[in-house]
Amino acid sequence: MPFVIALVLLVIISVALHFMSPWWLVPLASNWGTIDDTINITFWVTGFVFITLNLFTAYAIYKFRYNKDRRAKYEPENKKLEIWLTVLTSIGVAAMLAPGLFVWADFVNVPADAHEVEVVGQQWQWSYRYPGADGLLGAADGSLITAKNPFGMDADDPNGQDDILVSSQQMHLPLNRPVKLLLRSKDVLHDYAVAQFRVKMDLVPGSVTYIWLTPTVAGTYDILCEEFCGLAHHVMRGTVVVEDENSYNQWLASNMTYAQFNAQAAGDPQLGQAMYAVCAACHGPNGEGNVALNAPRLAGQEDWYVRRQISYYKQGIRGTNAGDLYGAQMAPMAAVLASDAIVSNVAAYIQTLPDVPAPVTVTGNIDNGRSLFEPTCGVCHSESGKGIWAVNAPKLSGMSDWYLVRQLQYFKTGVRGTHAGDEFGHQMTSMVQSLGDDQAINDVVAYINTLR
Amino acid sequence: MTTYIPLADQPSELHDPHTFISKYVWSQDHKVIAIQYGGTAIFVGLIALVLSGLMRLQLGYPNTFAFIDPSNYMQFVTMHGMIMVIYLLTALFLGGFGNYLIPLQIGARDMVFPYLNMLSFWFYLLSVIILLTSFFVSGGPTGAGWTLYPPQSILRGTAGADLGILLMLGSLAVFVVAFTMGGLNYVTTVLQARTHGMTLMRMPLSVWGIFVATILGLFAFPALFVSAVMMTFDKLLGTSFFLPAVMSLGEPLEHAGGSPVLFQHLFWFFGHPEVYIVALPAFGLVSDVLSTHARKNIFGYRMMVWAIVIIGALSFIVWAHHMYVSGMNPYFGFFFAFTTLIIAVPTAIKVYNWVLTLWHGNIRMTVPMLFAMGFIFTFIHGGLTGIFLGNVTVDLPLSDTFFVVAHFHMVMGVSPIMVLFASLYHWFPKLSGKMFNVTLGKIHFWATFLGTYAIYLPMHYLGFLGVPRRYYALGETSFIPDSAMALNANITQAAIFVGVMQLVFIFNIIWSLRNGKPAGHNPWEATSLEWQTPHTPPHHGNWGAKLPVVYRWAYEYAAPGVKDDFVPQNMPPEEVVMQPGVGKFVDRSEEHG
Repeated sequence: MPFVIALVLLVIISVALHFMSPWWLVPLASNWGTIDDTINITFWVTGFVFITLNLFTAYAIYKFRYNKDRRAKYEPENKKLEIWLTVLTSIGVAAMLAPGLFVWADFVNVPADAHEVEVVGQQWQWSYRYPGADGLLGAADGSLITAKNPFGMDADDPNGQDDILVSSQQMHLPLNRPVKLLLRSKDVLHDYAVAQFRVKMDLVPGSVTYIWLTPTVAGTYDILCEEFCGLAHHVMRGTVVVEDENSYNQWLASNMTYAQFNAQAAGDPQLGQAMYAVCAACHGPNGEGNVALNAPRLAGQEDWYVRRQISYYKQGIRGTNAGDLYGAQMAPMAAVLASDAIVSNVAAYIQTLPDVPAPVTVTGNIDNGRSLFEPTCGVCHSESGKGIWAVNAPKLSGMSDWYLVRQLQYFKTGVRGTHAGDEFGHQMTSMVQSLGDDQAINDVVAYINTLR
Repeated sequence: MTTYIPLADQPSELHDPHTFISKYVWSQDHKVIAIQYGGTAIFVGLIALVLSGLMRLQLGYPNTFAFIDPSNYMQFVTMHGMIMVIYLLTALFLGGFGNYLIPLQIGARDMVFPYLNMLSFWFYLLSVIILLTSFFVSGGPTGAGWTLYPPQSILRGTAGADLGILLMLGSLAVFVVAFTMGGLNYVTTVLQARTHGMTLMRMPLSVWGIFVATILGLFAFPALFVSAVMMTFDKLLGTSFFLPAVMSLGEPLEHAGGSPVLFQHLFWFFGHPEVYIVALPAFGLVSDVLSTHARKNIFGYRMMVWAIVIIGALSFIVWAHHMYVSGMNPYFGFFFAFTTLIIAVPTAIKVYNWVLTLWHGNIRMTVPMLFAMGFIFTFIHGGLTGIFLGNVTVDLPLSDTFFVVAHFHMVMGVSPIMVLFASLYHWFPKLSGKMFNVTLGKIHFWATFLGTYAIYLPMHYLGFLGVPRRYYALGETSFIPDSAMALNANITQAAIFVGVMQLVFIFNIIWSLRNGKPAGHNPWEATSLEWQTPHTPPHHGNWGAKLPVVYRWAYEYAAPGVKDDFVPQNMPPEEVVMQPGVGKFVDRSEEHG
C-alpha cells in the first residue's frame, strides 16, 4: 500500500514539477521554433504514456495486493492484447519520429541565401572569421598557425586578404538573415552551443562542420563550449550579439581584415623608449619594478600581454573596480599612450630591457605550491611558467612575486577578471577558486619563484 | 555400437576442491567465482559512489571545496562513469549473476570451462588493479570523461593525459580479455549444458537476458579493445589513427590524417550495445523476481524472449545516436533516429508485459518485489526520456546538457541498480542460506527509490534550461538563474543521502550473513531450478548425485487445480498434488505455442 501511494504521488509530483518548473527552455531567438514544437509533441506523447502506465501499475498493485485466500489468474499470454499494444505503441512512436525527421531535413539543408561565418575554437577560447567584400572566406589550415598568423590563413589565397578576423570572444550576427556557421577547431573537440538558438554542433579538428540558423531576436547570448575540451572547458565562453543590419555592418567595419592585420607596423623600440619615460617613474628605468610604489616588474613580459593590459587600462576594463586602488593609479598613466601604435612601440621597448628576475619576497611551502601549480596553472602558463601565447596566458616566472599574490587575490575576490570586457580574466576568476586560502596562494607563488 | 550421451549427462571431472585455497581463492566453482566477481564489483562500485559524492559536492557548492580543482573534478567524473558502467554493472550482471545463475537455472553442474572461468575472474581483478593504480601515478587517473574522446584524452591540458590514460586503456583491454573468457563460457554453457527437458524456450528469462547480453558483449567489446589499442599506439608510437594535424597549447603536433570521429564510431559501436549488455540481464532478472513475488507467470513469455533477442540485434545499428552533434555526416541522423525509435517498440512491450504480470497477480510486497516495482517506474521514466534524445531533432538542444546525464542515470544507473538490489535480496537466501533483515531492506529501498528520483527528476529540467554537463563550475552564465544553482545544492544533498544510505545495505548483508535466520531451500516458493537444489547454499556440483529433469517452463504459478500456487520446473507431473476433487495435473503452459 505505501508503494501504491508513493507511485501515485510520484506521478503527481512529476507532472506538477513539469508545469511549475522555473527551469525550462530559454526564450527562442532563432528560426528553430520547429524544434520546440517537436519537443512539445514528444512531451505530450511520453507524458500520456508515463501517467497512464504508472497509474495502471499503481492500480494493479493495489487491486491485486496479497491475499492468502486468493490465487493469481493463470494467463500465459494474450495474443490479441499484445498485438494491440504493439500497434498503438508503433503509432505513438511514429507520431514523434515523423515531425522530428522533417525538421532534421530542414536542418541538414542550408538555404542558398545563407551567408557564411567561420567560428574557430581552440583550448579555451573562440575566435571568428567573416568573409570580406567578396563574400568568400580564404583558405586556412591548422598547420599554418603561428603567433603571427593565429588563424592559420593561407597568405597566397586572394580570397582571404579581405577576410575579417575577430580575436575577441564576442561575435556579431545580423538579425533575420540566415547564416551558415562553419565550425573549425585548431586542437581538440569543442562544441558551439547557444541555448537561445537551440542548434549546436561539435568542432572537429581535421574537418569543418556546420550549422545554420536565422537569428530572430536582437540581444546578447552566451556561447558555451559543450564538448569537453580539457581543463578549462568550463570557462571557454563567448557571446553572440544579434543586431540590426546597420549596427552589424558598423561592427564588422571596426575589425581588421587579414591584409590590415599583416600590414600593422611592428612596434618600434626606439620610438617606444621616449614614451617609456612615463612608465619608468614607477616601474623603473629597466622595467625592474618597485615594490614600494606597487609597480610590478615589466621586463621579460611578452609584448602581446603588455599591449593587451595597457589597452584594458585605457578602455576601463582594468583599473575601474573600486577595490583596485593601484589599478586606479595606472589607468590615467596608460591613457598617456594615445594610440595603438604608441602602445606597440612601448611594448617593443620593454622587450629590449634586461631580463633579470625580480627579487624573491614571498615564501611558502614549495611542495604544496607545486602540487597546486602543475595540474592547474601550469597547463596554460606552461610548466616552466614562461606563458603560452596560444592560450593567452602570460609569463609568471621571474615576475614580481608580490604582484602575483595580489593579482591572485584580486581574481579570487572579483576585483579583477569580472569586467565584461576582460575576456581572459574571467577564466582566471574561476581557475583560482581551487586555491583555498592566502597560504595556498603564497605556496603557489613560492613555487613559481623556483621557476627562474 | 556407441550410444550418444548428451553433454549434460556425460560423466565429467568436477575439480573437487580440497584445500582452502582451491575452494575460495583459485576456485573453479561457478558459485565461488560469482561471489568473487560480485564482491570485487561492489567494492569498486563503492569507490565510484564516493567519487560521485565528491563530484556532487563541487556541483552543489562551487568555490567551497578547495581540494577539488578542475583536474580532480574531471577525474572524479571519468572514473565514476567508467567504473560504474564497466567494472560494476557489466561485471556484476554477467560475472556475478551470470556465473551464479546460469548453471543453477539450466540444471548444470558448473560452467563447461571451469578453469577458463577462474581465469576470467583473475583477469577481471587484474583490470581493476590496473585501473585503481592510476589513482597513484604521477598526474593521476585520466580526466577525459568516460568516453575518452581523443584528441584531448591524450594531449596536455587534460588530467592524466600521460600515465592515467594509458592505464585506463590497458585496464579496458584486460577487462575485455576477462569478459571474453567468461562470455564464451556463458554462451557455450547455455547452448551445451542444459539438463534434460530444459529446452531454450523453457529457460528462465534471467538466463535469456544474460545469454543474449553475453553474445552482444562478444560482438561489441572487440570494438572497444581495438580502439584502446589504437589510441595506445597514437599515444606511445606516434601513429595517427585518431589524430589529424592539430595544435596542442600552441605547439603543432607531428600527427596527420587521423579522425577523432572514427574513435567515436568505434567507441559507440561498443558503447551502445553496452547499454543493453547491462539492460538485458536486468530485464531478465527483474522478470523472474516480478513473476515469483506476484505469484503469477510472466505475461507473454515468448514475446519477452523475442523482445530480448530483437532489442539485442537492433542495439548494433543505433550507435550513432550518441553522435548526432559530433560533426559526422548529418544525413546519418535520419537513419539512426529511425532505428533508435524502432527499439522503443520491443522495449515498450517488455514494460507492458511486466505490468500485465502484476495484473491478476497475488502480489507479495517483499523487499525484492519493492525493488523490482521500483525498477518498472524508473525504467519507464528513463525509457521515455530516451525518446527525446533518440529523436535527432530534439537531441539538438538537449545533447551535452544535464538532460543527458539525468536520462542515462535513470535508465542505465538507477534502473539496473534497482534490479541489482532486487536480485541481491531475492537470491541472497539461496546464496547464503540466511534471510536478510526485512526492515533494513525496506529502509534501504525507500531511501534509494525516493532519493534517486529526487536527484534525477529535477536534473532533467536543468538540461532543458541548457545547463551543460562536464562543467567544473557554471560561473556567470546569463541564462542560468540562481534558482538553478540552489537546485544543484538540493540535488547534492539528495545524492549524499542516497550514498550514505547504501551503508544500510552493506550492513544488512554483513549482519545477515552472521545473524540472519535460516532461509530454507525455497523461501519465495519459486519454480525455477536453483530453488530446488538438494542443499542450500548449493554444494559443489550443485545437484548431488543426479541432475534434475525439467518438465515445464519456469513460470508455473497459480496453475488451475493445483494445491500449491507453484509447480517447480523439475516436479514430475504425477507428483503434482492437486486440490481435492480435481483430476490429474494438466500442463497448459505450452498450449499457446
